[in-house]
Amino acid sequence: MPKKELDTFSVSYLSILDEDGNVDKELEPKLKKPELIELYRQMVWARRTDERMLKLQRQGRIGTFGPSTGQEASQCAVAFAMKKQDWFAGAFREHGVRLLRGETLTRQLLYYNGHEEGNINDGAANPRNLPISVIVGAQPLHAVGLAYAMRLQGENETCAVTMMGDGATSEGDFHEAMNFAAVWNLPVLFVVQNNQWAISVPRSKQTKSATIAQKAIAYGMPGVQVDGNDALAVYAAAAEALDRGRRGEGPTLIETVTYRLMMHTTADDQYKYRTKEEEELWWRRDPLVRFRGYLEAKKIWSEKDQEALEEEYRLEIEKQVKAFEEMSGWKPDAPFDHVFGTRHERIEAQRREFLAEIAKEAARG
Amino acid sequence: MAKLNMVQAINLALDEMMAEDPSVVVLGEDVGVDGGVFRVTEGLIEKYGEARVIDTPLAESAIIGTAIGMALAGLKPVGEMQFCGFSYIMIPQLEGHGSRYRARTHGQFHVPLVMRVPYGGGVRALEHHSESREAALGHLPGVKVVIPSGPRNARSLMRASILDPDPVVYMEPKRSYRAFKEEVPETPETIEIGRAQVVQEGTDITVIAWGAMMHTTKKAVEEIRQARGASIELIDLLTISPMDTETICASVRKTGRLAVVQEAPLSFGPASEIIATVNDHALMHLEAPVKRVSGYDVVTPYFSRENLFMPTVGRARRGIEEVLDF
Repeated sequence: MPKKELDTFSVSYLSILDEDGNVDKELEPKLKKPELIELYRQMVWARRTDERMLKLQRQGRIGTFGPSTGQEASQCAVAFAMKKQDWFAGAFREHGVRLLRGETLTRQLLYYNGHEEGNINDGAANPRNLPISVIVGAQPLHAVGLAYAMRLQGENETCAVTMMGDGATSEGDFHEAMNFAAVWNLPVLFVVQNNQWAISVPRSKQTKSATIAQKAIAYGMPGVQVDGNDALAVYAAAAEALDRGRRGEGPTLIETVTYRLMMHTTADDQYKYRTKEEEELWWRRDPLVRFRGYLEAKKIWSEKDQEALEEEYRLEIEKQVKAFEEMSGWKPDAPFDHVFGTRHERIEAQRREFLAEIAKEAARG
Repeated sequence: MAKLNMVQAINLALDEMMAEDPSVVVLGEDVGVDGGVFRVTEGLIEKYGEARVIDTPLAESAIIGTAIGMALAGLKPVGEMQFCGFSYIMIPQLEGHGSRYRARTHGQFHVPLVMRVPYGGGVRALEHHSESREAALGHLPGVKVVIPSGPRNARSLMRASILDPDPVVYMEPKRSYRAFKEEVPETPETIEIGRAQVVQEGTDITVIAWGAMMHTTKKAVEEIRQARGASIELIDLLTISPMDTETICASVRKTGRLAVVQEAPLSFGPASEIIATVNDHALMHLEAPVKRVSGYDVVTPYFSRENLFMPTVGRARRGIEEVLDF
């Protein structure tokens, strides 16, 4: 026989809570009431802090940042499915994950005001959150290495989660990471937030593949596309993938189909390449509205609860912004402290010159 | 004491470190079953198993990228870039992340990894297998670049590199791999990274070299000593970055003359940095212009011509004598 079919493949799409509020009872994750409320609270926290950061940026009180509005279900539901011991290697638009894993708004403001100090995991911040990776698509490889180390060190119940956008799937490192994770059968969860736009380049110009999820097939791992604005579907897919990883069954790719409701970063004007009409279509799919409707239908959330939450967050945001703005006393020569973990005279000589020069600059007025 | 060549000495250091510290892992293309294309990792997979001696898929960015992840989680990965010509692919991960996690988090995360890079010409290899690009790597803040010149310091420098808390690029002069043997002591030694070594004291001129050029330069120095009895201070640079200002300048203050022998292209090379360093700290002690004996700013030629383009014993001798005779 000269030619025969060796295999066939299919890609599945997961939706549990649809745009009209219908719930698939078979697939509905078994989350308890307080858990559902906590997930919702985290999504609202991500949205409100994002809105506040945008205002602060417009007022010149912080620098450039990339808003995550619209992607809260894709982010918070993944973080909600993770365990404390799991690693997170993300990019720069996953505020929802970072906040849920203990990072404060104050710290994010520090980062976006140009302070490395905003990358330090202190207080409640999970020490297994890697700092923001600005280079697109580089961090999935770090997640693979982390997962390798965990297995070698006997932490078999620990997964590494890495997150990126649809644009990152065109990067070589993304593919190398998928390949290494699969060959080494590691507990890595790759989450691609397909938010339709990589700055100005639409998803259709990024890849000829019908889905991003199907790229997993080529690497020998499961891939699933989920409604990224459906917190229940994202949670269910992530929880299943993490369970697989913990059982030693290797990596998974999840494509969350979502939308970046705002500009790429505050330095971008999205109306150069897309329409307000397109955005309005996606505002109607707002993951917060949908999830709140679900909670209200379950009679575990009310208008009164929402009002109380908004007031709580308004005060908390004020408190954290104030804390950020009151911070001072930054050590100017800190970069010299952290070139190496060892002391080198060549670096120290430059530090002395730097300190002398900035003193002279200050004296010049 | 055992007489070892450089391949055996690096292998010994890897073996010793893997035996001492279970967090040391080796990864790269063909490093396991094959023992590395130069046999530097031979026998390690049999001793330490395939979980610690990892035959990776063929992807240099992933070798360093996953090594960064491993290092962030407490392992001490020693990765191999099979040849210098394939190592440029590691630079985005090295410059973008490996060198930065410490600075980015003010020390909360750091990346104790070693990337081995066999480099240099003189072995009649194919294209991309003969370059000396230490200057390109030395220009990256947060990265240490070291180059051994013989079996004994290859062993001690590898040990120091694995023990170091930061990313170290450990460049291996291929031409010296099996060129000669040296006594390597029973007890492991370490060399301080960032320190050059005065291998021969002298008073008439300072000569600096590293890697395969050390061997060439030693021969030139011996010829000059025999021919005219000059007292030559010979320095093995060992660390390209961070460069050892003190040892270089102390020697130049003493001798008043300097020649540098490098295999790398002339422009923007370590020799230029050495001269700039002397300019900053010891210019008034110089009695003659500094001479660079170096490669040329050409794309490394195929091997039929490579020997014409590399510094030879004769070129090194003429360069040193030019400074002595000024």
